[in-house]
Amino acid sequence: MTGTLNRRRLLQVGGAGFAVAAVGAGGAAVAHSVADEQGTDSALHGPVPFHGEHQAGITTPAQDRLHFAAFDVTTSSRDDLIALLKEWTAAAAQMTQGKEAGQTGATGGSTEAPPDDTGEALELPPSQLTITIGFGPSLFTTADGKDRFGIAAKRPAALADLPHFPADDLDPARSGGDIGIQACANDPQVAVHAIRNLARIAFGRAEIRWSQLGFGRTSSTSVAQSTPRNLLGFKDGTRNLKLEDTALLDSQLWAHSADGAGWMAGGSYLVARRIRMSIEIWDRTSLGEQETIFGRAKKTGAPLTGEKERDEPDFSIAGADGQPLIAEDSHVRLAHPDHNAGAHLLRRGYNFVDGSDGLGRLDAGLFFLAYQRDPRSQFVPVQRNLAKHDRLNEYIKHVSSALFACPPGVQPGQYWGHTLFG
Amino acid sequence: MSSPRPAALLAAGALVLGGASACASKDSAGSASGPVSVSASESACKVSRTELPAGKHTFDVKNQGSKVTEFYVYAEGDRIVGEIENVGPGLSRKFIVELPAGKYEGACKPGMVGKGIRTGLTVTGDAAPHESTDQKLSDATASYKKVVEAHSQSLIEKTTQFTDAVKAKDIEKAKALFPVARYDWEFIEPVAGSFGKLDPSIDAPDADLEPGQQWTGFHKLEKDLWIAKDLSRSGPTADKLLVDVQKIVDESKAVTLNPLQLANGAKELLDEVATGKVTGEEDTFSHTDLWDFHANVEGSKASIAALRPVLEERDPALVKELDAGFAAVDAELAKHAQGDGFVTYDKLSKADVKALSTVINAVGEPVSKVAAVVAKDKK
Repeated sequence: MTGTLNRRRLLQVGGAGFAVAAVGAGGAAVAHSVADEQGTDSALHGPVPFHGEHQAGITTPAQDRLHFAAFDVTTSSRDDLIALLKEWTAAAAQMTQGKEAGQTGATGGSTEAPPDDTGEALELPPSQLTITIGFGPSLFTTADGKDRFGIAAKRPAALADLPHFPADDLDPARSGGDIGIQACANDPQVAVHAIRNLARIAFGRAEIRWSQLGFGRTSSTSVAQSTPRNLLGFKDGTRNLKLEDTALLDSQLWAHSADGAGWMAGGSYLVARRIRMSIEIWDRTSLGEQETIFGRAKKTGAPLTGEKERDEPDFSIAGADGQPLIAEDSHVRLAHPDHNAGAHLLRRGYNFVDGSDGLGRLDAGLFFLAYQRDPRSQFVPVQRNLAKHDRLNEYIKHVSSALFACPPGVQPGQYWGHTLFG
Repeated sequence: MSSPRPAALLAAGALVLGGASACASKDSAGSASGPVSVSASESACKVSRTELPAGKHTFDVKNQGSKVTEFYVYAEGDRIVGEIENVGPGLSRKFIVELPAGKYEGACKPGMVGKGIRTGLTVTGDAAPHESTDQKLSDATASYKKVVEAHSQSLIEKTTQFTDAVKAKDIEKAKALFPVARYDWEFIEPVAGSFGKLDPSIDAPDADLEPGQQWTGFHKLEKDLWIAKDLSRSGPTADKLLVDVQKIVDESKAVTLNPLQLANGAKELLDEVATGKVTGEEDTFSHTDLWDFHANVEGSKASIAALRPVLEERDPALVKELDAGFAAVDAELAKHAQGDGFVTYDKLSKADVKALSTVINAVGEPVSKVAAVVAKDKK
């Protein structure tokens, strides 16, 4: 990819101390201080390595902004699909490093031709952009079982269609998709630029089925990050899998070749759910009730049986009324690994506000993203548990759902999905 | 000239095979030199010789049918290399065309509509000099000029029929002619649209008007026809439309688009489809958007066809992409053909609209690359 252009050469020259570079796509040890997080450090502007054992954007410390897009593949040609994946990989490798897409970028080509790159990220730094791809069940087989691209036999057992959960109210037009692409960055314009350019490259071969913007990461994926708050005002995901939990990542996040689909070794499965929140109703709920529903204190995020956010909840302690302090139907209890056969998730969700709904309410909520080794034993039982019992259900509704098998990372010269199509 | 009405066009697709094989198989009857005679009727198009040496050829077209006919010689991609129009029943007319080696098709168009009854022509040898790129570019301009002339002529004829029906207060006839008259308009829109204020006075939708501005043109009559269902006060609008269209036609005939303008015109036409037609916004009262959609696509194809020899030389892979892209659009449009035209846009499902949008977006990308290929300095 010689001849490609740097969006911001200045940064390349002057950007000191890219602490985040040490994080890498492989989840190596973090050298990322809390000071970095305050946004004063240039690390938030710098690049995240694209190549690695695992795809970036999973254990990478969660960036602040998201643009997620699900694509329908419109070509029926396997060769076209592979060509698209190769072009996408090349463009992603460039854009994540702060370079313009294509050979001639946004302004370097013929004045008679539309520019290769759409240009709105010119002068913007890499902003820790990561682009992560996953393959949906429908890429492997059609609804009636037809093998679309000669890969039906390689569909992993773990990529089983998600079951219907109680109270699901899914919009098919906003669910599913043959390919999912997650673009995360600390600048929303950089994330949108990435999706927009990938969508453009895809015309004639794939098109966007649905897409979702998100802001204000709702999870921390590193101990160096504080736990942010969701739109209900609570710190959620304190117990999230983090890149420092090496052993847990190996047993709970990354797929192994022994799991059945060799091509997925080093990859991970992503569940995406758009969860609409009735925030107006929530805001009329008393503080005590809100805390009971979560099982955590709103101010500190500490479990109701502890003092600090990261204190382990003690589900056995009862209050004066003899009932457990952390209620049986509280969110923290139902989602806790202890009540889900040890199942962990790496959550990477974002808040969303997609305008308003015409009834005087914001169309707001959580775009839930969770990576895991096998949804059948992780997301599915946890969600079943939550959907049945969680008191939070009065205030939330799952309105879309998608599942993707995110392949392992690529090295220079390889393309996304090379282990699947190779 | 032809007013390639959509239905006839789509229906003709099916006829082509039968017609072509019937007359392409036997050409030994004709002499090996001298004029190529063409015998045209409603159902047949007999060409005396289909294997020709490269060079100048005279085509002698005899109309043995009962409808006015025309005969075209097309190069690949339906690029017009020669034509004769308005051959009345029982009449003969001749034209001369220079044919370099290659594959061609002759087409009789009884009634001057549709794709015509096609016959394959093979030209071999090297009597004609290999065209330079410059020559190909100037040919593109000349070839497209013929297209504009033909559609301008058809536009004024069909518009006259339409406005006559409006003035006769024949609502049903006017409704039937409305999308037909608009077909040629939409086909040459990049040319017509270049004449500033005439475009809005012919084609402005209600919503585009500024306060105090007088609403005229097709869409005013469309509203009279479909919403008011009253033509009692439509006469002046019809008169004004005809005057405006005549002006456009006169000016269009004088316009010569350079190759770059052709390429950009092809793109603009698809942009029109992607922004206005696919959304069903163009003909909000009549819902005849698919006629306009089809005309824009055909107009885009015609521009690309004129440029084809240059594109073949410079970027054959792009030509393949364009062919595949337009074929996908044709196939999608054909699903909605009905009678002499198309179903109305309000009959399309969301999935139908999405499928149309998908194929338009897909062909839009390669079409957007044509201008740079045309503009590229000669190697």
